[in-house]
Amino acid sequence: MKIVENIKAGDIRAVSRVIRNIEDQNPQVREVIKELYPYTGNARIVGLTGAPGAGKSTFTDSLITHYRNQGLQVGVLAVDPTSPFTGGAILGDRIRMQKHAQDSGVFIRSLASRGALGGLAEAVDDAIYALDAMGKDVILVETVGTGQSEVDIMNNSHTVVLLLTPGLGDEVQTIKAGIMEIADLFVINKADQQGSSKLYQELQKLLEMSDFAEAGWKPPIMLLENIQDSDRFFTKIGEIKEKIDEHYQVLVEKGLLERREKRKAMVKLRTCLQKVVLAPMMQELQDSGRIESMLEQLVCKDIDPYSLAEDIYAQYKD
Amino acid sequence: MYFAKELLDKCSELRKKWEDKVRSVLEKKGERKERFTTVSDKEINRLYTPEDIQDLDFERDVGFPGEFPFTRGIHPTAYRGRLWTYRMFSGMGTAEDTNNRWRMLLDQGQTGLSTAFDFPTLMGFDTDSPKALGECGRCGVAIDTLEDFEILVDKIPLGEVTTSMTINPPATVMWAMYCASAERQGVPLDKIGGTTQNDMLKEFIAQKTFMLPPDPSIKLISDTIEFGAKYAPKWNPISISGYHIREAGSTAVQELAFTLRDGIEYVEDVIKRKGMHPDEFAPRLSFFFNSHIDFFEELCKMRAARRMWAKIMRDRFNAKDERSMWMRFHTQTAGCSLTAQQPYNNVIRTATEALAAVLGGTQSLHTNSLDEVWCLPTEHSVQIALRTQQIIAEETGVANTVDPLAGSYFVEKLTNELEQEAWEYIEKIEDMGGMLSAIEQGYPQMEIADAAFNYQQQLESGERALVGVNKYVTEEKEECPILDIDEEVERNQVKRLNEVKRRRDDKAVKSSLKDLKSACEKGENVMPRCIEAVKNLVTEQEICDVYREVYGEYKDPGLF
Amino acid sequence: MSENKLRIMVAKPGLDGHDRGARVLARAFRDAGYEVVYTGCHQTPEDIVSAAIQEDVDCIGLSCLSGAHKILFPRVIEMLKENNAEDITVIGGGIIPEQDFDKLYKAGVQEVFTPGTPLEDIVSWIDNHVTPRDQELS
Repeated sequence: MKIVENIKAGDIRAVSRVIRNIEDQNPQVREVIKELYPYTGNARIVGLTGAPGAGKSTFTDSLITHYRNQGLQVGVLAVDPTSPFTGGAILGDRIRMQKHAQDSGVFIRSLASRGALGGLAEAVDDAIYALDAMGKDVILVETVGTGQSEVDIMNNSHTVVLLLTPGLGDEVQTIKAGIMEIADLFVINKADQQGSSKLYQELQKLLEMSDFAEAGWKPPIMLLENIQDSDRFFTKIGEIKEKIDEHYQVLVEKGLLERREKRKAMVKLRTCLQKVVLAPMMQELQDSGRIESMLEQLVCKDIDPYSLAEDIYAQYKD
Repeated sequence: MYFAKELLDKCSELRKKWEDKVRSVLEKKGERKERFTTVSDKEINRLYTPEDIQDLDFERDVGFPGEFPFTRGIHPTAYRGRLWTYRMFSGMGTAEDTNNRWRMLLDQGQTGLSTAFDFPTLMGFDTDSPKALGECGRCGVAIDTLEDFEILVDKIPLGEVTTSMTINPPATVMWAMYCASAERQGVPLDKIGGTTQNDMLKEFIAQKTFMLPPDPSIKLISDTIEFGAKYAPKWNPISISGYHIREAGSTAVQELAFTLRDGIEYVEDVIKRKGMHPDEFAPRLSFFFNSHIDFFEELCKMRAARRMWAKIMRDRFNAKDERSMWMRFHTQTAGCSLTAQQPYNNVIRTATEALAAVLGGTQSLHTNSLDEVWCLPTEHSVQIALRTQQIIAEETGVANTVDPLAGSYFVEKLTNELEQEAWEYIEKIEDMGGMLSAIEQGYPQMEIADAAFNYQQQLESGERALVGVNKYVTEEKEECPILDIDEEVERNQVKRLNEVKRRRDDKAVKSSLKDLKSACEKGENVMPRCIEAVKNLVTEQEICDVYREVYGEYKDPGLF
Repeated sequence: MSENKLRIMVAKPGLDGHDRGARVLARAFRDAGYEVVYTGCHQTPEDIVSAAIQEDVDCIGLSCLSGAHKILFPRVIEMLKENNAEDITVIGGGIIPEQDFDKLYKAGVQEVFTPGTPLEDIVSWIDNHVTPRDQELS
C-alpha cells in the first residue's frame, strides 16, 4: 500500500492519517497495520506515567531534547482523558513540548482516551507501530496516570517511569494500587518541596518488601528538583535518561527483553482476538437479534452463562 | 459596637415586620430573578440594615481619611486637596506618532502620561526579530533604542510630568531609557516621577508576557526597588497589578486577594534579598486595580484593599512609617466589559466604571475608549474618554466630599465581605507555601480560568445580561471609525533600527553588554549597567538577550 | 466509542499572551464533543502549522488581540498551502476590526468571530462547516 511506503519513508502526513484512522477504528486500517508490522521492533518504548500535576509533560519535553542531542529520532504519544459527559477532550500536553514543533526529528501526537477503560487509548498500541515503522528510535508514551492505564503501558513499553510528587496527597494510594510491580524507575519530581523525603522513605520501604531477583533489575528512586533552575533540571533529566537507557541495556544483556516482548505480544494477541473473534461474534448476535432471547434466558435462569457461552462457541466452531 | 443596642433591637423589630410585607409582595409577584449577583457572581441581598454592620468598630474599621487603616482614603483632604490624575494609557506606531498623541492628550487636560508599548517591546524583542513579524506598533509604541525613547518624550518636561510605563520583563531597560532621557534633559534622577509596572507575578498568573523564570524576574524587580529607593525616590518602581488578573476573568475577590498576596511576595523578597527595612521602600510601592461594571463591588473592593494593605504592612511587616501603609493605586476601567456590538454603549459603561473608581478613592485613572474592542482609540474617542473623567471631577459633585458612601449599610457590609473572602484566599496561598509556589501548582491560574468559564456560561444561558450582545440586540451593525496602523510603520522602524546599529560605537556596545552580563552573574544591581548600556545605544533585545542567557527562559507550565 | 471526532487546534500566533478567550473556547469545544489540541500562546505560524499537521486537526482557531492578525493569519494559511495541508479550515477571533475581515477572507480565513459571539454560534458554525479531513488510506 502506498501509505505504508510513505510511512516507512517518514512522511508525517501519512503517519498522522493512519493514526487518525486507528483512533476512529476504521476497519481498513487493519490492512495497513498488517503491512507495517514487519517493519516494527526497532524502537525503544518508554512509558511515562503519574498523577495529573506530577509534571510528566515538562519531564518529557526535556527528555526529548536529550534524545535529540544523541541524534535519535523521537516519537511522542500524549494521552489525555476524554470527558465522560461530553465525549470531548482538551489535549493540553503539547503546550509544554511546543519548542520541538519545528524539529523534523520529533513527532508529537496527542490522543484522547476516548473512554477506554483505565484511560489509555486503544489506539496507542497501533499508533506505536506506525511511529516505529516511520523510523523513530525512541517512542515516549505519556499517560493520564490512573490505576489501570499503568498496567496497560507496562504491556506496551520496555521501560516504565513513574513520576510522583510530594504533597499531591495520593502518593500512598498509588503505591497501594500495585504500581510497584509496574515501574522500572521512580522519579520524585519537585523533590525540593515539603514531603519529598517522607515519600522517598515510603517508596524505599515498599521496594524492600519486594524481590527483584527474577526481574533482574531493582527500580531506582531518583530525585528531581526545581524546574526553574533550568541548567540543573536539564542535567538531572540527563541522568534519568541514562538510567532509562541502562534499564534497556540490562533487559538485553540478561536476556529479559524477549520475555517482555512475549508478554507484550500475549496482551496484543488477546486484544486482537477480542477485536477479530469476539467483537464480530457479539455484533452478529446483536444484528441477528438472537442476543435478546439469550439475555432473557439468562435472566430467567433457563440457562447459566457458562453453558450458554459453550453453546455459542460450539456453534462457531462449526 | 457600632450602634447602640436599642437601635439594633428596634431595627430587628421593624425588619421582622418588613419581612412579612416582603413575603406578601412575593406571593403576589415574584422578583425579576432567582439570584441577584454581581458580575463576579457574588450574591447581593435585598436590603441592608444596621444589623448587617453591627460588629463594625468605627475606629478600627472605618475611621477617618488619612488615619489607619485608611479605609476612607490615605489623605485627609482627598480630592478636595488634589484631584486624581487623568492618566490615559496610550501608545501607537512610532515614537513620533505616540509623542503627538501624548501632546494632544496633555493639551486636552490630561495630567499624567501613561505608555503603551507594542508587543515586541513588551516581550524584549527588537522590531527586526522574526518573532516581531506583524506586531510593530500595533498595540503600542515601538521602542528599540534610546533614540526612539528620546523622540517619545520630546518636548515633554520630565521634571514636571509624571509618566507611567506599562512594561514588565524589560522594565529595567525602559526605565534605564527614561532615566537617560531625563538626564539628557538636565533633570536629575531624584526629580523624576512616574511608575514602571514591573510586576512579573501577575504575568505568570494572568497576562503571560513573560521572559525569565520567576526567581530572576523577582530579582530584577528588587533591583529596581533598591535603585529607586536610593536614587529616584519619587519614582514608583512597581505597580502591583490586579487589573490583568481581572481581565483574565477572575472575580473581584480573587483580584483583590491575588494582588495583595503578590505585594506580600515582593516585600518579602526585598527584605530578604536586599536587607532593606520596609519603611525604606514600601512608600513607593503602588498598585493597579480594575474598575469593572458592578458599581458597588468595585468601590468596596478598593476600600477593602486600602484597609487590608495597611494591616499587612503594619502587622505583618512591622512598618512604622505611615506612608508604608498607604495603598496608592491607579485604576483602569474594565476592557473586558466593553462590547463590539453597539460600541457607543461603551461610553456609558466606562463612565459608570470611572465613577466607581472615583468613589473608591483611586489616585489616578485611565478610562477606556469606546472603540478599543476593535482597535487603538481614535483621537475623537479618546477625547470622550478623557472628558468622562473631567465631567465626573468638575460637574457631578462626587469630589466635593471625602469617601461619601461610608456608613452606608450596604457599602460597609460589602467592604467587609470582600475583605473576609480575600483573606481566605490569602491564607490558602500561605498554606501552599506562598505565591510562587501557588503559581507553580497552577492555583491562581485555574481559579481564574474557572471563573472566566463560569461567567461565559452565564452569558450563554442568558442568566447574565450583556446589553447589545444577549439582550436588546439590534440587527444592523453599528460601526464606528477605526484607527489603522500602517504596515509602513514596521518597515520604517526596521530601517531606523538598522541605521542606529550602523552608526553606533560597536566597541562601547560590546563593552557595556559585557559589563551588564558580569553584573548579572555577580548578582549586582543591574540598573547602573543598564543605564550605561542604553546610552551606548544598545538595543532593548540585546540587553534582554543577556538576561535570557544568564537567567534562562521561563517554561510555561501550560496548566489547563 | 468509535465515532469520528472533530479535532480542533486552538492557537495564539505572535507575541500576544491574552489567552482568556482561547481557554474559554477550548473548554467550550471540549463540551461540544471535539478533541481540542491547545498549543498555548507565543506560537509562530511555523509552530502552529507543524503541530497542526502532526496532530491531524480538521480546523485551526487562531486568536490574536495584538493587531498582528493581518500578517499572521494569512501567513499560517500560506504555510498550510506550502505543506499540502490547505484542507485544514482556518477560523479566527480576537481584536479584529471589521474592515480587516475582507483581507482575511481573501487570504483564506473561513470565518472571523468578533468579541461577544456566543460560544454556541461558533460551535454551530464548526458543526456546519468543518468536516473531518480526507482520511483515505490508499
